[in-house]
Amino acid sequence: MGKFKKKKREMGAISTASLPDIVFMLLFFFMVATVLRTEEEMVKVVRPEASEIYKIEKKHLIRYINIGPPQDKRYGTEPVIQLNDQFSDVAQIRDWVENERLTLAEAEQTKMWVSMKVDQDTKMGVVTDVKQELRKASALKVLYSANSRERTN
Amino acid sequence: MADIAFLLLIFWLVTTTIDSDEGVKRQLPPPVPPDMEQQEVKDGDVYNVRTNFRDELLVEKEVLSIGELKDGAKDFLIATGTGLLHPERPNVTLGDDNMKYPERQWVRKVELVALEQSYIAAGQPKAAERVREKLTAIELFGSDYKELPGSALISLQTDRNTSYDLYLQVQNELEAAVNELRDELSLSKFNESYASLEERYGRTKEESLLDKIKAIRLVYPQRISEAEPRDASQGYY
Repeated sequence: MGKFKKKKREMGAISTASLPDIVFMLLFFFMVATVLRTEEEMVKVVRPEASEIYKIEKKHLIRYINIGPPQDKRYGTEPVIQLNDQFSDVAQIRDWVENERLTLAEAEQTKMWVSMKVDQDTKMGVVTDVKQELRKASALKVLYSANSRERTN
Repeated sequence: MADIAFLLLIFWLVTTTIDSDEGVKRQLPPPVPPDMEQQEVKDGDVYNVRTNFRDELLVEKEVLSIGELKDGAKDFLIATGTGLLHPERPNVTLGDDNMKYPERQWVRKVELVALEQSYIAAGQPKAAERVREKLTAIELFGSDYKELPGSALISLQTDRNTSYDLYLQVQNELEAAVNELRDELSLSKFNESYASLEERYGRTKEESLLDKIKAIRLVYPQRISEAEPRDASQGYY
């Protein structure tokens, strides 16, 4: 019998050169999959521009009302009101304000802001109705959402 | 690979917009009780701004463009002069539209001191506090000043078919008018713009800054009132 020397094979260390790539891939996956916006916009809003801009520091005090034509054309092209992910009626605003107020701490309930994101081509009729309802619900602090621009001379 | 990754990362950073919460701030008036009486106001005390369905502006019975609104509103707010910056102006009739300025009244230190005492004696601490704010203002300005009458206000009436964009521009211009006047006064008296005073007060909550802010607000109050909406069929043109 010949002499067969059993060669012991050395296992080489796994190359870690590709590790950064894998990490980056993961990073991208999460970046792409994460949505920053907490609520889906169901209406198309082109914000008007204004120069006297106020920025709210405490974001958790803000609740949003979106008004504009629906994203999905099947719902028509007339401006509609969106409260928390659903199309709503003007009559529902008072209940909505009450509910949203309850989600805040008791001490902060009077400090709630309502941010109105209204499409610039919307007619004032629906906006006025919403404002009247907000007054009845005593949600008096309103922010008309706008993009900032320079003051005109 | 890392280069490509970084490129992608930067692309993502640039293209992503985080929804910002900024806009024009407004305090809505509380609901009106149904039995409230109509108050009599002098003709010159109200600056009427109306918008119609064709997005046109009617300001004090005159058609204006949006660019002219700010100066008009500033003129109205200066009224017959502040006693501090803007010299006395006669309470004249302008042109044929019968627009008059509101008549600013002197706020004098001597009168206020006596008034404060009488409020304290009468047990009205809130009224006394308001008088004290005016006294602080006089101290900060270093002189007496003239205030707008309580009934002077800018009234905004919007047609239901006005576009939201125009409505916001009107609100914005009216606020810009007040802010510009406030900045002007603040710069001349405190060497600092009003916006910067407010910004610094927001950060530090310093009492002395608040006193300055209040003093300026006393001279140029922000009084924009939105008329109760009316049905066009009832005819308000």
